Amino acid sequence: MTTRSLETAPQAQGLRRVAIDPVSRVEGHGKVTILLDAQNHVQQVRLHIVEFRGFEKFIEGRPFWEVPVMVQRLCGICPVSHHLAASKALDHVVGASPVTPSADKIRRLMHYGQVMQSHALHFFHLSSPDLMFGFDSEVNRRNILGVARAHPDIAKKGVLLRKFGQEVIRATAGKRVHGTGSVPGGMNKHVSREDRALLQRDLAQMIAWAQDAIGMAKQLHAQNPALYEGFGSFRSNMLSLVRTDGALDLYDGVLRARDAAGKVLFDGASDQGYLDLIEEEVKPWSYMKFPFLKSLGREHGGYRVGPLARVQNCDVIPSPLAEAQRQEFIDWGNGEPIHAPLAYHWARMVEVLHCVEVIQDLLDDPDILSGELMASGPRRRSGVGVIEAPRGTLIHHYEVGDDDLVTMCNLIVSTTHNNQAMNEAVRSVAREYLDGHELTEGLLNHIEVAIRAYDPCLSCATHALGQMPLDVALIDGDGALIDRVVRSQQGGFRHHLGAKEGPPG
Amino acid sequence: MTAPLLVFGWGNPSRGDDALGPLFVERLRAGLTPDDGVEVLEDYQLQVEHALDLVGRQRVLFVDASLDCRAPFEVMPLRPAQDVGFTTHAMSPQALLQVFCDLQGNQPPPCTLLAIRGDRFELGEALSPTGRAHLAAALAWVPNWLGALAAPLPCGLGRRQNQAAASTLSLDPG
Repeated sequence: MTTRSLETAPQAQGLRRVAIDPVSRVEGHGKVTILLDAQNHVQQVRLHIVEFRGFEKFIEGRPFWEVPVMVQRLCGICPVSHHLAASKALDHVVGASPVTPSADKIRRLMHYGQVMQSHALHFFHLSSPDLMFGFDSEVNRRNILGVARAHPDIAKKGVLLRKFGQEVIRATAGKRVHGTGSVPGGMNKHVSREDRALLQRDLAQMIAWAQDAIGMAKQLHAQNPALYEGFGSFRSNMLSLVRTDGALDLYDGVLRARDAAGKVLFDGASDQGYLDLIEEEVKPWSYMKFPFLKSLGREHGGYRVGPLARVQNCDVIPSPLAEAQRQEFIDWGNGEPIHAPLAYHWARMVEVLHCVEVIQDLLDDPDILSGELMASGPRRRSGVGVIEAPRGTLIHHYEVGDDDLVTMCNLIVSTTHNNQAMNEAVRSVAREYLDGHELTEGLLNHIEVAIRAYDPCLSCATHALGQMPLDVALIDGDGALIDRVVRSQQGGFRHHLGAKEGPPG
Repeated sequence: MTAPLLVFGWGNPSRGDDALGPLFVERLRAGLTPDDGVEVLEDYQLQVEHALDLVGRQRVLFVDASLDCRAPFEVMPLRPAQDVGFTTHAMSPQALLQVFCDLQGNQPPPCTLLAIRGDRFELGEALSPTGRAHLAAALAWVPNWLGALAAPLPCGLGRRQNQAAASTLSLDPG
C-alpha cells in the first residue's frame, strides 16, 4: 500500500472535488473528498475523520490513578478497551508487571466481553443490512428494520449477544458504564459467584448464535464471491498483537507485522518499544495522523489492523471452535492473504465465537472468584499499554512525574492505525462506482459500505440531536459548487443541482 | 420489579454541555425515593441493548443535550424511526424505539424526549452558565412528567393540550 498516490495527483490543477461531509456531531464527523481530473477520473480520495482532538492534553496533568476511569470517556462504544489499555500502561508505572493471575484473568474476561459486544453491534446492527440486502437496496431497507423483517431472529440475536457482553462487563467492572474495576496494579474486585452463574447459564446459547453469525457471513461470501473479494479491495501490510507462541491474543502479547504477501516483517517485538516500530505522519488535510511501519517507510509502510489482520497474523486461535472457523476463512484465500474489506465481517464473527469460548473458560477458572488482586514493584516513570480493541491495536503511553501527575500522554487508537487503509478502501470504491458525471445515492451507499467495514471511531463526543446529515458536494476546479446531495440520518435524500441556490440548509 | 417510569439520560460528562443528560439524571436521582416508581439510567451513548431497558415500563423520558432546540429545553413525543448511518458511534432515540418494536413485536411504551439546549461541547469544559440555567429549568419541569402531566406545564399548557401538541413543544419556564 503506498501513501503517495493518495496524496498527489499527477496534475493537481483542474481537478474537481467531491466532498462528502457527514457532520455527525459537534466534533466527531467524517468527510470524503474525491478529486477528479478533467476526464472525470478519480485521482485523489481523502477520508477525513475527526477524532479525539485534545484528549491527550486533557489527560496530562491529572493524577495517574484517575486515568483508567477518565479515558473511558474517549469512546462510548469501547470504553473498556481504553480502561484496560490505560491500566496496562500504568501497571508498569506502579511496578506491577506482571499483575496477579486473578487480576489478569478478570481483566481478560472484561476485555473479551467488550470485544464480543462491540463486534455484535457492528455486524448485526450496522453492517448486516448492507450485506443482506445489497448496497443498492432501498435506503430504508438497509437498516436493522429491514433485517428484522426478513430475518426477525437475527436482530434479536444481535441485541442479546451484545447484552451478554455488557453483562460480562458489569460483572467484572462493577457497573455497566463508568466501570472502575481495573486499576493501575490490578483489579479492585472479584467476580461474584452469582454473576458467574448468571453468565454461565447463557453460554451455550451465545456459542450457538455466534456460530450462526459465522454461517451467515460465509453464506454471503459464497453467494457472491466476486463482490466480496473485489469490493474496495487493496493489498496492505498487517499489524497486531499475538501471544508469544504466535497464537491469537486480544489482551496481551508481542507485536507482529506481515507484508501484503503474508511474509513476517517483524515478530516478538515488545509493546514497550512501539515507537521503534511505528511512526506517525501528519498530513495538512487531515486531523488524524497516518501511522506507518518505520522499516518500510512512509511510502510503503501503511498497514491495517483489526479482525482481518488479527486472524491472518496469528498462527492459531487458541480455542477449538473458532480455530476451525479460522482455518476455513484462511482456505478461502487460496493460499494468499485476504485483503477484501468485506472479509472484515467474516473475521469479526470468528472473533466473536473465540470471545465466547474464552469467556466460557475464564468463568470456569476459580482465580476469578478469589486470589490476590493487586501487585506492586519498583516505581517507574513511564509505561506503554497495548491491547487489541474491537477495531484493532490500541496503544496508550504515559509518563508520570514524582508527584503522580501525568506529564505525557500518547494515544494511537485503532481508527488511526486504519486511517491509510480506510482511505485506500474508499478510493478503490470511488474509482469503480463514480461515473464522473453526477453524484448518485448509489455512490454514497457504496462509499458508506466501505467505511462501515471499519466502523471508524468518531470521537464519541456529543450527541447534539439532529446532527447527522450526509452532505455531498461536487466542486469544480475553480471551487464552484456544481452539484450537491444531502441525506439525513432518517434516510431523506435531497438532490440540489446547481450551486446558485447555495448550500442546503 | 420493574419501575413503571424510566428516565434515561445520555452524554459525555467530560464535554461541557454534553453532560446535561447525565447531570439531569444525577440530580433527579438525588430527589427520588424507592416509592416513587422511577428508575433512572445513564450512559455515554444510546445503544441497541437499551431497548431492553424499555420493557415493562409505563412511560419513558429520554434526556439529551441539543445544539439546535429552543432554549431552555424542548419536549417532544417520540415515535419509532430508522437511522441511516455509517457508524455505530451514534444512535437516535427514535431508532432505539424501532429496535424495541423489532425485538418485542409490539409498540414501545409512550416515550418523550427532553432536549436541553447546550452551547459548548469542547473536551474538558465544565457546564456552561447557560447550560446550567437550562438544566435548572428542565429539572423544574420534570415533576410535571413524573406526575403524568397532571399539573399545569410551566408555559401554561394543560394535559390535554400537551397530549395533542404537535411534534415539538418549546417550554419556557421563565
